[in-house]
Amino acid sequence: MLAKRIIPCLDIKDGRTVKGVNFVDLRDAGDPVELAEIYSREGADELVFLDISATEQKRKTLAELVYHVAEKVNIPFTVGGGISSVEDVDILLQNGADKVSINSSAVKNPQLINDLVAKFGSQCIVVAIDAKQIDGEWIVHLVGGKVPTERKLFEWAKEVEERGAGEILFTSMDHDGTKDGFANEALSKLSTELNIPIIASGGAGNMQHFTDTFVEGKADAALAASVFHFKEIGIRDLKEELKEHGIPVRL
Amino acid sequence: MKIVIINYGAGNIQSIKFAIQRLGYEAVLSHDVAEIQSADKIIFPGVGEASSAMAKLRASGLDKLIPDLKQPVLGICLGMQLMCHSSEEGNTKGLGIFDVDVVKFSNAVKVPQIGWNQIANVKSGLFKDIEEKEHIYLVHSFYAPLCDETIAESEYGIKYSAALAKDNFYGTQFHPEKSSSVGEKILKNFICGM
Repeated sequence: MLAKRIIPCLDIKDGRTVKGVNFVDLRDAGDPVELAEIYSREGADELVFLDISATEQKRKTLAELVYHVAEKVNIPFTVGGGISSVEDVDILLQNGADKVSINSSAVKNPQLINDLVAKFGSQCIVVAIDAKQIDGEWIVHLVGGKVPTERKLFEWAKEVEERGAGEILFTSMDHDGTKDGFANEALSKLSTELNIPIIASGGAGNMQHFTDTFVEGKADAALAASVFHFKEIGIRDLKEELKEHGIPVRL
Repeated sequence: MKIVIINYGAGNIQSIKFAIQRLGYEAVLSHDVAEIQSADKIIFPGVGEASSAMAKLRASGLDKLIPDLKQPVLGICLGMQLMCHSSEEGNTKGLGIFDVDVVKFSNAVKVPQIGWNQIANVKSGLFKDIEEKEHIYLVHSFYAPLCDETIAESEYGIKYSAALAKDNFYGTQFHPEKSSSVGEKILKNFICGM
C-alpha cells in the first residue's frame, strides 16, 4: 500500500539553514546536508529545501547545495525558491534534485508549467500554492502570503493539474505558524477535485494534526518545519502514532 | 569492477552515481558503445517521457546495443519500461527484452503514483536479504502489468510489476538509489551478486 509521506522542510539562505534548529547531536546547526542526513536516518520520507536567499550567487550556491545533498542522502528531495526558468530547473536536476517546486513564477507565467513538464516530465514538477481566505474565498497569494493575486485557489489548482504538474504543495497562510492544525477542509476539497497528489503544509503543532490532515484532509503527504527542527515531534514517534491510527506509513 | 551508467540524456543520473559511490564503487557515465560493452555491470536509467527517450536511444544506436548486451543490465524506472515490448506513453515500441506492454494507471488512483509503496512476492537474487512488504520509492504514471518475468509486485489500485528479470536483464520500476537502506541493499545485490 502506498504510504502517507512525512516531509521536513528546510529553509535555506546562502547555502545555510535558517531559523534555529534544536539538534544537540548536530555538529553544525547551519549545515543543511548534515540536517538532511539526520532526518533521513530518522525516517523522513522526503525532504524539501526552500531557498530564500536573494543574492546574485543564489543559483550557483543552490546548485552546489543540491549536489552535496544528493551525494549524501538516499531519499528523494525537492528544491524550491525563486525558480523561474527551464534553465534553472535543468541545473538543479542535473546536480541531483529529484523534484523542483515553483510558485510565484508559475502564477506570473503559467506556461512555465507546461514547458517544464514537456522537458522534464510531470513527475519532477511540483507547484507550490500559498493561499489565504478573504471574505470566505481562498485566494492565491505571492511573496510568502504578502501579496494577493486575482486567482482563486481551486481554479488555479485545477489549471496547474491540467498544465501537467505532478504534485501540489498547498500552504494555508491562515494556518502557517499557528500550530493549530492544517487547513483540512480546503485540503480535502483539493484532494477530491484533483487527481494528483496533494502535500499539506502550514499549521502542524502536534501529532494529532498529522492524523487529521491524512484522514479529514485526505492529504497524500504532510510537510512541516519547526515542529521537527525544534524536536517537538520526532519523526519516528509520529509515524508510530500514525500507524496506530491505521494510516499507512513507512517505518 | 567496472560499472557504466548509460547516459543518453534522460534523467537524474547523478543520484545513481552517488548511490553507487556510497556503496564503495565508482560508476562511469557514458553513451560510448565500446565503453558500455567493456563494463561488468550496466545501469540503464531514465525519467521523462517514453517515446522521446526511445527516440534518443535510436538516434544513438543504443536501441540495438542494449538488447545484445551479455553482462547484467539493470533498468531503473523509465529504463525498465523501455526494456519492455511497448509503452502506451507516446505509443512507442520498446527494446522488447521483457515481453510485456507498459500501460497507464487508471483514474481510480491519483496519477502519478508518488511515494513509498511495498513490494511482495519477491524472487531473484536481486532481493537477497530483502523482506516482503519492504517500502521502496516510486514516481510513475505508467506500469508493467504482472507477467512471467515479474520478480517483485506492488499494488496501486491493481497489482503491477515492481521489478522484472529475464536472463541477464533486470528492471525496477522503483528507484533503488532513492529507496533508503532497502534500495542500497538491492543495488548492492545487483553489483555484487549478479
